[in-house]
Amino acid sequence: MTGEAIAFYVLAAITLASGIVVVTSPNLVHSAVALIPALLGVTGVYILLNAEFLAGIQVLIYAGGITVLILFVIMLTEGGTGLRVRQRNEQGPIAAAVAAAVAALFVALAGGRRGRGRFRRTRRARSGRVFSARTCCCSRGRRSCCS
Amino acid sequence: MGVTPWYLEALRAVVGTIIIFSGVAVVAAMLGVLLERKISGWIQSRIGPTHVGPRGLLQTVADTIKLLQKEYIVPQNADAVIFASAVVIVPLAALLDYVVVPVGTTRWGPLIFRDLNIGVLYFAATSSLIVVGILMAGWGSNNKYALLGGLRSAAQMVSYEIPIGLVLITISLLAGSLSTVTIVNMQTHLWFIVSQPVSFLIFLTAATAEVNRAPFDLVEAESELVAGYFSEYTGMRFALFQLGEYGEMFAMAALAVTLFLGGWHGPGLPSVVWFLIKLYALIFVFMWVRWTYPRFRIDQLLGFSWKVLIPVALLNLVVTAYFVTVVHR
Amino acid sequence: MITLTHYLVLSALLFGLGLYAVLTRRNAVAMLMGIELMLNAANINLVAFNKYAAPGAIQGQIFALIVITLAACEAAVGLALILAAYRRFETTYVDDLTLMKW
Repeated sequence: MTGEAIAFYVLAAITLASGIVVVTSPNLVHSAVALIPALLGVTGVYILLNAEFLAGIQVLIYAGGITVLILFVIMLTEGGTGLRVRQRNEQGPIAAAVAAAVAALFVALAGGRRGRGRFRRTRRARSGRVFSARTCCCSRGRRSCCS
Repeated sequence: MGVTPWYLEALRAVVGTIIIFSGVAVVAAMLGVLLERKISGWIQSRIGPTHVGPRGLLQTVADTIKLLQKEYIVPQNADAVIFASAVVIVPLAALLDYVVVPVGTTRWGPLIFRDLNIGVLYFAATSSLIVVGILMAGWGSNNKYALLGGLRSAAQMVSYEIPIGLVLITISLLAGSLSTVTIVNMQTHLWFIVSQPVSFLIFLTAATAEVNRAPFDLVEAESELVAGYFSEYTGMRFALFQLGEYGEMFAMAALAVTLFLGGWHGPGLPSVVWFLIKLYALIFVFMWVRWTYPRFRIDQLLGFSWKVLIPVALLNLVVTAYFVTVVHR
Repeated sequence: MITLTHYLVLSALLFGLGLYAVLTRRNAVAMLMGIELMLNAANINLVAFNKYAAPGAIQGQIFALIVITLAACEAAVGLALILAAYRRFETTYVDDLTLMKW
């Protein structure tokens, strides 16, 4: 468990947990305040990706600017605590299914287990060799591809 | 590759946090409050507190003990989570500023917690996090005066962050880097206050407004909105807010020393001593201004930032950019 | 060992959360918070690809910087619209803003 792995999992947990609070909390001010740890978690992810300038800009603009704007508008309109009015509309289950499907599509595009191999194959193809799926699968020792 | 293992870095972070917190708590909060009362006394032709300790020097210790034994009150319909989190965010953001402030130099390198290559940008970013804490404090108190105070204070701080940002860009343009140590090292021959006097004035004015000090302290003056956004906080929570405010004021003064007054450079005395001399000189200027000028109204305050400081800062930036790119090539 | 896939999965999940917020919430400001989450997920994607697929370049970070700027402008304009709509219609719930429906 390298330090980078621990940092990544902690930051991912903070970001996703705060994201869940943002999208499901009936109290609107709690939603807006939970946006801050979510954005700070994304800042940590940028630092892990060696994008320090972007991390500084993210805190300055998102956590220090946009969150303040959102809190201002919540306090100036009657959104308030949102506890007297229903906060969720009637397309809850369908929306959850659609969001889960979109997320699953992106995860599948990311490649799951074969993501690492996919990039290597692309680089080999650029170097001039004729690329054939059967050749590659066979060379990796998978019997399912070689008929 | 020579990277220190993560547990050593975590240990260094913890030790550094303790040092920064105790340093700021003593230098900024304790001495700052005492200086405030003494200096205000001298300006008003009276002596400040003299009872506690020799010549009144332990007054803040007595204040802290008094605040520690006060009861914690949470208003009845207040949002407990937000009420409690605001107390943490304001001093935390103020203390985070000190990570990039170089207090001196030794023969092993500059005395700075972490010389980030985005130092000045990091400073601007962490001081913009205080606004969120203030909004949460105003909302969580369930008190319309606290809410109004919080909204006005947040509007003021957000408006005055822009001239500060423009001045930071100008100085980074001159020094060629965002790192605070590089900016100090560029001032070995000529301090930036000599080549950028307008920036210095803009920075001091905007920093005074950024920490809600007079003459821009409408939101927390006792005669205006009781105590503004922290009227409902008692005991140690009030002390933490004060720590945040004074810590932020000292951080702004420390940044002004780093950007304009040459950081730790000076003949003879050790570098840390020079830094502290310049820091306390600026703090004296801040406190002197507080007891000299009357208070601005909120619309005059915001108008001053948007209609005066920002155009002047932009003009300054354009002229400096012209000189750096065209004239010095 | 953290590979590109880890970051892409994180951004996919964040995007799904933002999408759920936009589709489900009735308050306009809450929908805007979902939009901000989606924009952050896209930014994580851009910067992750910058580090893993093109390590020497900075174009991914520049692109992400432009996205952050646009997100700030869009949030400002959107919130101003919400405030203006609140002053006219006394509501911020998008179900009730039906003036242009036929």
